[in-house]
Amino acid sequence: MLTHYPTKRSVLVPTLLYAQDEVGHLNDEVVAEIAGRLELTELEVRNVISYYSMLTTKARGKFAVQVCTNIACMLRGGEDLLTHCKKKLGVGHKGTTPDGLFYLEEVECIGACSWAPAVQVNYDFHENLTTEKLDKILDEYKKKGTQ
Amino acid sequence: MADLVSHPDEIKVVTKRFGKGAANLDRYLELDGYKAVQKAIAMTPDDAINLVKNSGLRGRGGAGFSTGMKWSFVPKQSAKPKYILCNGDESEPGTCKDRLIFEHDPHSVIEGVMIAGLAVGSKTGYIYIRGEYRYLSIIMQKAIADAYAKGFLGKNIFGSGKDFDIYWHGGAGAYEVGEESALMESLEGKRGIPRIRPPFPAVVGLWGGPTVINNAETLASVPHILLGGAEWYANLGTPKNGGTRLFCLSGHLNKPGVYELPMGYNLKRMIYEVGGGIPNGRKLKAVVPGGSSTPCLTAEEIDVNMDFDSLAKAGSMLGSGGVVVLDDTTCMVKFALRTMKFYKHESCGWCIPCREGTDWLEKTLTRFHAGGGLKKDIDNMQYLSENMLGRTFCPLGDAAAMPTIAFVKKFRKEFEAHLDGKPCPFEMEHAAVVA
Repeated sequence: MLTHYPTKRSVLVPTLLYAQDEVGHLNDEVVAEIAGRLELTELEVRNVISYYSMLTTKARGKFAVQVCTNIACMLRGGEDLLTHCKKKLGVGHKGTTPDGLFYLEEVECIGACSWAPAVQVNYDFHENLTTEKLDKILDEYKKKGTQ
Repeated sequence: MADLVSHPDEIKVVTKRFGKGAANLDRYLELDGYKAVQKAIAMTPDDAINLVKNSGLRGRGGAGFSTGMKWSFVPKQSAKPKYILCNGDESEPGTCKDRLIFEHDPHSVIEGVMIAGLAVGSKTGYIYIRGEYRYLSIIMQKAIADAYAKGFLGKNIFGSGKDFDIYWHGGAGAYEVGEESALMESLEGKRGIPRIRPPFPAVVGLWGGPTVINNAETLASVPHILLGGAEWYANLGTPKNGGTRLFCLSGHLNKPGVYELPMGYNLKRMIYEVGGGIPNGRKLKAVVPGGSSTPCLTAEEIDVNMDFDSLAKAGSMLGSGGVVVLDDTTCMVKFALRTMKFYKHESCGWCIPCREGTDWLEKTLTRFHAGGGLKKDIDNMQYLSENMLGRTFCPLGDAAAMPTIAFVKKFRKEFEAHLDGKPCPFEMEHAAVVA
């Protein structure tokens, strides 16, 4: 990938995201490793991490349930889905369930406006949702996660 | 995978290969794929630029600048390499069209990038895809690899003696990166802080080299213009607004979806015919015509043609093509608050009017909606927003201010109905719509 760009630093953002997908979050070791490989200071790397909403230095659940409540989803029940998730999972915004399976986050527009309301679980889109449909989806993930 | 919709009024240009398996290179070739780039190779760069200029194609990301004009600003001679950068960081609330292009017709974007490269004398293109669209990055990665395998990319493309490389690049969640200068910063591995202009990217862009930055839909339109001709494309739309565009209909509609309609299509017809009207016998209250940054139109203002110039005349913007429809159960104060909450979240904090303005507006709207509003807040919100306009490096400050001014001006009565400790007079009856 480094050959794609005139500077090493250019791979930083996608590399951080891939590392996070592997490790779960950008812990101190990951930050140090990436900084070393790209010849950046750890501060420079952390500076970039704090800018992007998908990057995190904190551990979180296996399945990140990202509920969109931005305008198009709000008009079609996105907030109800969020309230429902909070109750069902027993955690709030940016909370992780005690079993480490689910992480819940209220997110900004994910580009599913014409199929609202929508939720992204990790990278998978789930659209045209109702609380019933979402229940089924979350149960499937739970099954997958506890197998 | 998002559902596709259809309506008889549609003119399918960019969407003509949707649902036909064109992400597969062989299938794409059967559907006239990579013919346009060969045509571009046979033309002089100036002829290619003039063709795009004469087609009336204007930037589909939102600003609506003439694409051919943008290309013509790139200097012919440059000591530093020139770059083509495809903006696929789609994140304007209400917009979900580039997603479909990447999913159903990724090669059309590749071809568009190549044609832009030939026209301005660049050898390298980047396709930036927002981080949340991971499945699309995978589709694009494969499309690029397939094009290399066939020899369409790399050295001596189509025997022209010219080289062209394309790489995809993934984001990691940031609305502001959809702004062209922040996009370049992000691609260079930095925080997406906007750059001051001038110099413009066409002269000093990625790594200091001249750079053309076009939206994915804009670039996907280019091959069709090369094959169909400037006149054909221009005549699909209205004067100075060539072609078709993808409109993302969302909100309180019976048939939301992404529809490709000619530029200048009537908004009223778009809502009631194409979008199937408002569900549950309710009435229209307002429309956000081009993504959350564009000033809303009231139900009385919707007899307007959807092109850049007509919308500007109506006091709004065509923007990114995200048409968000609100019925009469929607609380406009709440809608304004949710819009502002978004901009506050996305403001990078570089420019003080945007950083402080969005924060104050969100706080005021929160208090206001909860019944703690004061009469003077209404004028203050308008005053504050007006003072954000034009005072920031990138348009995020304007994007937050413009809709707020329209909400306050056009729905002042609804703001007043929240005064004196009254609870919000509207109930969002969306549950019935969803069911």
